[in-house]
Amino acid sequence: MRLDAEGRRGLTLISPTLIYALVMLAAPLAMVVTFSFWTQNYLDIDTTFTLDNYHEAWTQPIYQTLMARSLIISVVVTVVTVLLAFPVAYYISFRVTRRKTLWLFLVTIPFWTSYLLRVFLWKVILGYNGVLNSALMGMGFIDEPLTFLLYNANAVVLTLAHAWAPFAILPIFVALEKIDRSLLEAAEDLGDGPWRRFRRVTLPLAMPGVIAATLIVLIPTVGDFITPRLVGGTDGLMIANMIQIQVGRANNAPLGAALAISSMVVVGTLSVLIFLVGRRFGGRTR
Amino acid sequence: MSRISRILPNWLGIYAVAFMLFLYAPVVLLPLFAFNSSTIIAFPLTGYTTEWFTVLWETEALHSAVRNSLFVGITTAVLSTLLGACAARAMARYRFPVKRGIVGLVMLPLVLPEIIVGVALLVVLVQLGVPLSLWTVIGGHVLICIPFAIAILNSAFASLDQSLEEASFDLGESRWGTFRRIILPLVMPGVISSLLITFTISLDEFIIAFFLTGTDVTLPVYIWSQLRFPAKLPSIMALGTIMLALSVLLLITAEWFRRRAARRQGLDVQAPGGFVG
Repeated sequence: MRLDAEGRRGLTLISPTLIYALVMLAAPLAMVVTFSFWTQNYLDIDTTFTLDNYHEAWTQPIYQTLMARSLIISVVVTVVTVLLAFPVAYYISFRVTRRKTLWLFLVTIPFWTSYLLRVFLWKVILGYNGVLNSALMGMGFIDEPLTFLLYNANAVVLTLAHAWAPFAILPIFVALEKIDRSLLEAAEDLGDGPWRRFRRVTLPLAMPGVIAATLIVLIPTVGDFITPRLVGGTDGLMIANMIQIQVGRANNAPLGAALAISSMVVVGTLSVLIFLVGRRFGGRTR
Repeated sequence: MSRISRILPNWLGIYAVAFMLFLYAPVVLLPLFAFNSSTIIAFPLTGYTTEWFTVLWETEALHSAVRNSLFVGITTAVLSTLLGACAARAMARYRFPVKRGIVGLVMLPLVLPEIIVGVALLVVLVQLGVPLSLWTVIGGHVLICIPFAIAILNSAFASLDQSLEEASFDLGESRWGTFRRIILPLVMPGVISSLLITFTISLDEFIIAFFLTGTDVTLPVYIWSQLRFPAKLPSIMALGTIMLALSVLLLITAEWFRRRAARRQGLDVQAPGGFVG
């Protein structure tokens, strides 16, 4: 490729950032991939190429269980978050006429508070002697604390759905804002009722935002280990907890790397599928 | 309008408000229990106290964690804004080869789970024999903050009128002079907004800090270590309240600067900017 003056200037300008990303991101990621084909020999690393780690990651029941559970929890969290977020985004985009920015600002503020503290607060809310139980008992609704609130997969779903709500609302809002309002009038003039109009015009046009929201929530939630640790109990532990243990206490970084790569491949595949399906759904009207 | 759509707005509005309550429920509890005199985090509230804030004042380990976090946060903010500015300016102003690939790589940490970033960096650092310190945390934080800095600065650079630059050249200014006297003042509010946002991210970031921290811990890592002790909970609530207030203050300031930048460039102030757009 011929490099003109403009191209050179652009490349020079972006090069510090690019080099940083190459050294601190691309190289370490490549290293993790390499690592996953090596084995841990107590203190040192055996660098002969092997698929043993992947074999272990995909066949051991514990890893299978954790992987399946992570995937299920992440998918449920994503569906719940996006479904809950859509009406809010719709409300801000279509019904709020003034103070739209204020609404958006209010939506994003909780995201900027410490994630760790937010997760921890849910533990405080849902706990046996927690805020919710003590409030319900104080008001006389229940006689003894509810135990199904904390330390299970539901608590993980609730906490994650809460934590990722802003990330779901914003992309959907942006997509809704881009919809040409005259299209909606046209649909109405052509005899579509509100529901049909929503289903045939608004929803397909909002689809890119919904897809973006789905992926933004799905991918990171698979890698979360704080929420399962704090509110998940033993039944709520996810694959990221195992990755953390392998890299840390268990001192088996190669297996941790193989687990990390495996989960990324699984999530990546799922993401591509969602993207393709969503694009087809959104493209039907065009 | 049909009958349904006349009823619908009310329900939607009620739902939206209810959702906001859900969103703010945990956050509201922080100050509530930070000033509550009971050592147990439960209703009913027992009485007003500032004891937990006093406890914070007297905890030496916390003070060093705060100092570490401030050091990490400020360094991260400066470095990531600098690197973000280079990238944002290049993206907004120039066309260059493999632009999409480069931008994709630089923005990748936005969608990558933080545990992957943390594990990848840890594996490399251990392999190279680099001791874990605050600088390794900074290295990771800069990486995840760059995309946010780019998102904020990109809108500042993209809305820059190129003819101002050309006018400056025609009037005999050098490239550096033009940057310093024309471009920098125009994007300065964006730069400040980016500094504040990246600082806030770094201050609250836990996962990467957890993997890359050495013996000097940052504030979230310190909090993590304290969560195990029930007796420490009220003072953690007090600490959380302070952090919450600080974060909100920084965000409002950042938003104020962003709007000023938009107004200065004659844009619609109401238009959502930064990562919203």
